[in-house]
Amino acid sequence: MSLFEVLRFAVRGIGANKLRSGLTMLGILIGVAAVILLVAVGNGSAREVAQRIEALGTKTLTVQGVGGDQVLTPAVAQALHDPVLAPDVTSVSPVVSTQATLTYQGTDHAVQQFVGSYPSYFGASNSPVGTGSAFTDDDVAQGRRVVVIGRTVAEELFPGVEPVGKELTVSGALFTVVGVLDEKSSASGFMDANDLAIAPLTAVQQTLTGYGAYNSIVVEAGSTEQVADAQSQVSLILSQRVHVPAGSTSQPYRIQNASQLLETQSETADTFTTLLGAVAGISLLVGGIGITNIMLVTVTERTREIGIRKALGAPRRVILTQFLAEATMLSLLGGGLGVAAALIGSHFTIVGVRPVIVPSSVALALCVSVAIGLFFGSVPANRAARLRPIDALRYE
Amino acid sequence: MTVLDVRAVTKVYGDGAATVHALRGVSLDVERGEYVAIMGSSGSGKSTLMNILGCLDIPSTGRYLLDGVDVSRLNDRQLALVRNRRIGFVFQSFNLIPRTTAVANVELPLAYAGVKPAERRRRALVALDMVGLADRAGHEPNQLSGGQQQRVAVARALVTEPALVLADEPTGNLDSRSTEDILRIFDDLHAAGRTIVLITHETDVAARASRLIRLFDGQIASDIWQERILT
Repeated sequence: MSLFEVLRFAVRGIGANKLRSGLTMLGILIGVAAVILLVAVGNGSAREVAQRIEALGTKTLTVQGVGGDQVLTPAVAQALHDPVLAPDVTSVSPVVSTQATLTYQGTDHAVQQFVGSYPSYFGASNSPVGTGSAFTDDDVAQGRRVVVIGRTVAEELFPGVEPVGKELTVSGALFTVVGVLDEKSSASGFMDANDLAIAPLTAVQQTLTGYGAYNSIVVEAGSTEQVADAQSQVSLILSQRVHVPAGSTSQPYRIQNASQLLETQSETADTFTTLLGAVAGISLLVGGIGITNIMLVTVTERTREIGIRKALGAPRRVILTQFLAEATMLSLLGGGLGVAAALIGSHFTIVGVRPVIVPSSVALALCVSVAIGLFFGSVPANRAARLRPIDALRYE
Repeated sequence: MTVLDVRAVTKVYGDGAATVHALRGVSLDVERGEYVAIMGSSGSGKSTLMNILGCLDIPSTGRYLLDGVDVSRLNDRQLALVRNRRIGFVFQSFNLIPRTTAVANVELPLAYAGVKPAERRRRALVALDMVGLADRAGHEPNQLSGGQQQRVAVARALVTEPALVLADEPTGNLDSRSTEDILRIFDDLHAAGRTIVLITHETDVAARASRLIRLFDGQIASDIWQERILT
């Protein structure tokens, strides 16, 4: 018998019991689709986290004062700008920030972060200016009251109006808007990254915070690879410059590294993906046991049929090939439909995450389902095909 | 020429206290073209003998030669070939493949013989026509009466044109009219020179054979040539 004939027999066998064949395929379909989709969801959320962190800037270090007020003084900031001791540091941006209420023509908006810093802060914090321009070093030196506002602030205070060139009031002081920042994705769900305003350091100190210590210093390294070196250089300088109060065991400052954060987060995301994959794997396994069960029942139920076929002169090989072809067709068809379902499903946002298909999960899920179908289709078929025709015929 | 040559065949089922001696040394020769009926009470071993003759089962001891070939020396492939080409088997319980049309059932032995689909379909329809079921070719077994199912089974046994036709109580489940249909087909086959061995309970069925063998308790009790009585 030719291969084509065997395939035709297999198709006829599948068609002879449509409900059972359909249910078997459904089991495989769900298992395969679940694995692919859940892994895709895990992968998608990992990517999203990575993108958010990259938006923070992976070349920067943030030095934050902890506890005491007078830690990050102008002298410390000055010291960090040292081409000899800290060659990997390209810019140092001292930051003061406070909450403030902005007013424009009677409209109030409480901004979460009113930041005072240097122009280098825009690059270091990965906040490019969209319309208008950033302020300059000259503005900082002169203490000019100019401000660059975030997208949320622009929408709240200037609905339908071009904000650049307008003047707004911050705690009684008049600031001129010179630019609007590009839309930024929120790093965390709790804070709106677009709800901020950035002004020259001197202007903010003069009008809002006073001339105290800085809240933080943002240090930019030359490249992502230089961040680790820059970090050790910065911590060396800080350990020399910052006085640790007697009796204190912890340092009065903390250095945060975005790429470290990225690493930790992507590790977390990987764990998440593995967990989802494991859950999906279990569902595939359960689906597989379903296939096994149906295959076993199918073949056992058809032992008599196998006996008839043998009595009519079918060799063992032909019977085995027929059952293998049936099992393969069922699992391939089910698996294929599962892949299709997963591909369609990946176009939708699932629990707030846009799934990103991992190609290897498609191959793996398909292979596992076919392997299960083949193995558990062939074992009972082989057993039945080995029987003497009379034993198979008598089988009840 | 001897078609069937059975020499001191025994068949034992089970072991220990549950041992059943189905056959206790049966020897038998059947020549080409003979029409043999085997009778015997339930448990006399006639079905066991038939299964061995049809290569569906193997004897515990003794030898069975089909057309001079010792069946016990054949491997699975060769046995399948023998069942397919030499023997047409008709079962008491029809044994059609469920949810498969009559013509597809009849085609099955031809498919295993490697006959091309178009030729297969033609020969299957001829065989169905021979048993008077050409108009039922597209029906599935559960849409056919018992007599019709058995005629499909006979068509399936004949479609490969085997030299030997074995029938295990082919009329056991049928009414008298269907029985007559089936027996007429066997008469035609006998007239065409085929060798026929059939098992029956009914004396009027046995009366149409040219030779009558009675089995009792796993042994041949009598073996006589008789005048065929045609109704």
